[in-house]
Amino acid sequence: MKKLMLGNEAVARGCYEASVKVVSSYPGTPSTEITEYIAKYDDIYSEWAPNEKVALEVAIGASIYGKRALSCMKHVGLNVAADPLFTVSYTGINKGLVLAVADDPGMHSSQNEQDTRMIAKAAKVPIVEPSDSDECRRFVKFAFKLSEMYDTPVILRLTTRVSHSQSIVELEDREDYQSEYIKDISKYVMMPAMARKRHIFVEEREKLLSEFANNCELNRIEKGDTSFGIITSGISYQYVKEAIPNAWILKLGLVNPLPQKLIKDFCNKFEKVYIIEELDPFIENYVRSLGITNVHGKDIFPLCGEYSAQLIKKVILGVEDNKCDKLSIELPIRTPVLCPGCPHRGIFYAIKKVGTITTGDIGCYTLGALKPFEAIDTCVCMGASIGMAHGINKASDNNEKAVAVIGDSTFIHSGITGLINAVYNKSNLLLIILDNSTTGMTGHQEHPATGFTIKNEPTYMLNIVELCKTVGVDNVDVIDPYNINENVEKIKKSLETKGVSVLIAKAPCRLHKRFRIDKKIRQVDNKKCKNCKMCLSIGCPAISNKDGIIKIDENLCFSCGLCQSVCKFGAIITKE
Amino acid sequence: MTKSILVVGVGGQGNLLLSRILGDVFLSKGFDVKISEVHGMAQRGGSVVTYVKFGEKIYSPLIEKNEADFILAFEKLEGLRWIDYLKDDGVLILNDYEIPPMSVISGISKYPDVISILEKQNLNYKLVDLNSVVNKLNSSRVMNIALLGYFSKYFDFSEQDWIDAIKRNIKEKFIDINLKAFSFGKEL
Ligand code: SF4
Ligand code: SF4
Repeated sequence: MKKLMLGNEAVARGCYEASVKVVSSYPGTPSTEITEYIAKYDDIYSEWAPNEKVALEVAIGASIYGKRALSCMKHVGLNVAADPLFTVSYTGINKGLVLAVADDPGMHSSQNEQDTRMIAKAAKVPIVEPSDSDECRRFVKFAFKLSEMYDTPVILRLTTRVSHSQSIVELEDREDYQSEYIKDISKYVMMPAMARKRHIFVEEREKLLSEFANNCELNRIEKGDTSFGIITSGISYQYVKEAIPNAWILKLGLVNPLPQKLIKDFCNKFEKVYIIEELDPFIENYVRSLGITNVHGKDIFPLCGEYSAQLIKKVILGVEDNKCDKLSIELPIRTPVLCPGCPHRGIFYAIKKVGTITTGDIGCYTLGALKPFEAIDTCVCMGASIGMAHGINKASDNNEKAVAVIGDSTFIHSGITGLINAVYNKSNLLLIILDNSTTGMTGHQEHPATGFTIKNEPTYMLNIVELCKTVGVDNVDVIDPYNINENVEKIKKSLETKGVSVLIAKAPCRLHKRFRIDKKIRQVDNKKCKNCKMCLSIGCPAISNKDGIIKIDENLCFSCGLCQSVCKFGAIITKE
Repeated sequence: MTKSILVVGVGGQGNLLLSRILGDVFLSKGFDVKISEVHGMAQRGGSVVTYVKFGEKIYSPLIEKNEADFILAFEKLEGLRWIDYLKDDGVLILNDYEIPPMSVISGISKYPDVISILEKQNLNYKLVDLNSVVNKLNSSRVMNIALLGYFSKYFDFSEQDWIDAIKRNIKEKFIDINLKAFSFGKEL
């Protein structure tokens, strides 16, 4: 049967076909939907873990126990999981263990552009890289087999345009495998004496895999009639096919380790070979390390951002861009914004009023750094806000109390350890947890404090207030983010008290289906409106000012009432 | 023959669903199809674009400048933003609807007069009022299917082809209202 599937959905399908038993992940664009689609298969156990390190550890346990297991994350999530990754490379697996890691060239929704292939190489873990949805399905199945053939975890490397493109997939049946747990401490207990032996095994494995790569079905040569050759993989392959359909291509599906003989033979055929890969010169560096010199890569192709068919045509064939500057004027940019009705809006408005240095974190609330709030000063990685605020406090000569903001999911992901550190090391900081009871930015995933599992089954709901108290914070208060004036006072007061204090701004994400409300839409009474523009300062996309007339767009308003509370003239009314 | 359709708008306008239904229709008619979507940050009220391509064999999921046969725009400014992607003989279908971006709301820039700019260009555009459908059905969530209805007139597929694809992609309880939106959109 043929079906149009998102790359991520096809990965899930491949896992189903490979009879995967356990999947544990942390959401992160562009990897999130893999686990969401997997949750729809009742034959697979799936879960959201608090972070990627835990997720990978769960999958490792399942694999050692004798079942195929998967863990999914985005590139920056792999950094969090790097600790277990480097060691599971030593222990190896019992039944197939695959990490689906999605990179984001072009940074559509990420804080950096790192190339997962570099980490996989450092950890000595093989990588397979699909270039469309059907390859996602087939390659993940292959990855499980490869994992079992060579006793190694395998990384399925995706990129945004593979994860988030839909193409046609041919469905197959589910396959079966035998599972058995065998106790083996010399393999699974990595104390130095045993780890030393396993390191030798890892190096041997690298050699065997390098041999295998030359004959691996995932690496293939496509004959063409060009005078030059192209080596490529992943989504770049599609751009190449579109740009130069009749080119000689070495398409690599197994990207680490790379096939030495295949590459040498291919490069020998041509006067010139182009290596086309997004981000780092991963393949290119390897090819050059073989002493091959008739290649072009990053000397003519960019290191930053995504590629395209037009880029390839331009660089190789000298065909000019389809540039057509139809517009001579500059259009207003449209950056992402906090949604109408978003509870974070009230907090950023209050923080701005108080005017302190504020460390931010990863999530919707990163948008508090943009106009009109500009209430956030930093954004580095998940969980960083608390540690950074502590650092600011320790760096300041007068024990200045900094403010850190973080979301509920992020707080559990890796904020909690920062808070423990701050209390332990006698910090002076105010943490505001923006608790919207979901993982907002990635599309409403559950987490330990929502009270639901990925399958929407009720479960123990972690109490964030009690958690903060337990780790030693005395001043914990729950506040209503929509109550601006009270919050300005509370923030000011917290800043005056010494020590670590936590304010939990609790109100659900307005877009979450669990919290849909009856809409009491607001309207502007233009007779009362004095055009003072105060309501525009809260940055609600539903409120606009067209030629001096303030208007609320009923389609967009989510009836939070925040605009009403900032209008001093009572000009914003509730529509009957 | 390859046809390329760019679907543009503001995050949250139902861009993804429209693209999926389009892809589903083309698949059911036996074409190769690729769709490239935008997720995550860009969806939060930012500028959003989805690419839909169909034909005998599709490689790149992206649509580049001067390649789109159609641009479907849910919002006027967004329609204007992407016109460099329209082929010379392509058609821009523009919803008569404005969502001012934050830069306009906060007074840094001015919302352009989209129609008078388009008039100066020598390009084929159709202005449609999807809001009228939204008002008739009293639901802002059907704007995308109304646009699908309007767009369906450019293809000689049967009405049933479209209806089947809508049914395959929309939850049971919302099918009725969306089928109404589709037929209202067709009449625009
Ligand atoms: S805050 Fe009130 S009076 Fe001022 S512009 Fe907005 S609606 Fe008008
Ligand atoms: S218009 Fe007012 S009530 Fe409606 S979402 Fe915006 S701030 Fe809230």
